[in-house]
Amino acid sequence: MDQVLSATSFIVIYGLSYGVVLFTISVGLVVTMGLMRVVNLAHGAFAAIGGYIAVKLMSEMNVSFPLSVAIAVLIAAAISVVIERLFYVHLYKASELDQVLMTVGLLFLAVASLNLFFGPNALSIKLPEFLAEGVHLFGRSVQSYRLFVIACGAALMLILWFILDLTSFGAKLRAAVDNRGMAEATGINVAQLFSLAFALGSGLAAFGGAVGFAILPLEPMYPFKYLTLVLIVVTLSGFGNIKASAAASVLVGLIETAGRYLFPAFGAFIVYFIVIGILMWRDRRLFLGWVGR
Amino acid sequence: MTAPVASNLLSWHKIRPAESLFWVLAVAAFFAFPNDLPLGTQVLTMALFVVALDLALGFAGILSLGHALFFGTGAYLAAFISLGGWHEPISGALLAGCAAGLLALALGPLVVFYNGLPQIMVTLLVMLIGYEAANKATWLTGGDDGLGGIELDPLLGIFRWSVYGQTAYLYALVWLFVIFALARRLIASPFGVALQGFRENRNRMLLIGAPVKWHLIRVYAVSGFIAGIAGAVSAQTAKFVSLNSLSLNLSVDVLVMLVLGGVGRLYGALLGATVYTLVHHFAAEWNPYHWMFVIGGLLVFVVRFARGGILGVLEAVYSRVLAQFRARAG
Repeated sequence: MDQVLSATSFIVIYGLSYGVVLFTISVGLVVTMGLMRVVNLAHGAFAAIGGYIAVKLMSEMNVSFPLSVAIAVLIAAAISVVIERLFYVHLYKASELDQVLMTVGLLFLAVASLNLFFGPNALSIKLPEFLAEGVHLFGRSVQSYRLFVIACGAALMLILWFILDLTSFGAKLRAAVDNRGMAEATGINVAQLFSLAFALGSGLAAFGGAVGFAILPLEPMYPFKYLTLVLIVVTLSGFGNIKASAAASVLVGLIETAGRYLFPAFGAFIVYFIVIGILMWRDRRLFLGWVGR
Repeated sequence: MTAPVASNLLSWHKIRPAESLFWVLAVAAFFAFPNDLPLGTQVLTMALFVVALDLALGFAGILSLGHALFFGTGAYLAAFISLGGWHEPISGALLAGCAAGLLALALGPLVVFYNGLPQIMVTLLVMLIGYEAANKATWLTGGDDGLGGIELDPLLGIFRWSVYGQTAYLYALVWLFVIFALARRLIASPFGVALQGFRENRNRMLLIGAPVKWHLIRVYAVSGFIAGIAGAVSAQTAKFVSLNSLSLNLSVDVLVMLVLGGVGRLYGALLGATVYTLVHHFAAEWNPYHWMFVIGGLLVFVVRFARGGILGVLEAVYSRVLAQFRARAG
């Protein structure tokens, strides 16, 4: 019984913290894709930039953890605005193939630049002291860092919920996701809204990369390595649906952790199969329709 | 989409003299660079793979980010067939290609059902499952170490597999030529024209009453078959299969080759594979990360400024020169 409890608490805590990091990284992509229908495969690069900047600030300039995360988020958001103006503006009316190609190109450029600035090796980082302690929970010692990440994620979800459901910016955003033409007709400046949302999404990704640096280790291939997971979350949540993306991220985090803990031999299989299953189940009516044809 | 103009749609049944250029050069390279034939063989097998992707993506508009699944399936199967005791190369490659084609046929309904991002995701996920399977089944595939020890009988019972790779080069060249001719014929057929119709306007084709999904499944299967042949030929000529043949890296590489050469033009596939593989080879002593600057920059450049890839740019330059020439003459 104790073992079951201990295993469950491990899976829940590690899965939740993993899912929360996934959520912060992918939620920006969910919003921007919902708004502009741009398949942005380079989104993970902003998480990597945020993570690298925060870690470098902490380890080499002795900046405190919260301050370095804040600086990293601001820098990443600023970079994203420049890149959006330079590259993404040309993609809004392009075909999906062109979007994939251009963003894969940006992904390669990001990986090469990360290597150029920060070196090819994965960063080994010490957690700040207040996060490194062990906390006893359900008969098992858990790093307080994990709990901290979960708390950050919960706070973030609350803030996002507040922004989206209770502010006029959120209302405009939801309107533009649902029906862009109609939103424009009522006088909402969708292009400006998008630039804002893009910066916000990149900032969030940077936050995820910075806070989650010990869960998703930083290396130049980072944007490539976690691309699949981010895309899975985006695919499961549908266009622009933030609540669904929170659910999807946590689900993926829990399944991944449970799979690796309980069936290490199967590894990443389980998530892939479940995602394909969910996709088919969600669209089952369409499938049935076409089997009959 | 970098589509050829509509009037080109029906022009595929005419064979233009310029088309012989690639093949003449390929044969000339055999005599001119006797020491670099393994590299040449690699170019030819990659070209075969890019042709497969061009059929699915360039002509039918199926967004596949997981085409290495079929290449890898063909490569591993060709290795298994040889290790299992069947050393005849041509039938081995055909068998491996057919298996990859059947796999594509089975996956077709799932892939063709989706559009856009979900389609990319489905092809990607299925490939990742295949990669994980090959990675975990070390007893069968050798895992990270790869699979060696492939032995083949002399080609047609006459030509031995020489150390310098003459046989391998010509073997790959003949495969590429035969498959390319078949693919070209397929594009010129009513089936091929229908595919390009789907790419241009799916709803309109549906209204005409064309069996869109069934056609797309069939072209996906053909594309899988060709990719499987490419994988098999690559395994047979290199005498080695690695996990890379089933990876996301290879899937992205082949996409870059296609885009670089020109999407939906068939000859763009040959050109892109050649340029990319050669440049990559000569940049091999570079840091692999610096190589990513080159690929990334090229991709962004092609999408922004050179739609249609190298071949598209050449065509544009050619028609402009021709127009000026005519204006002066007239």
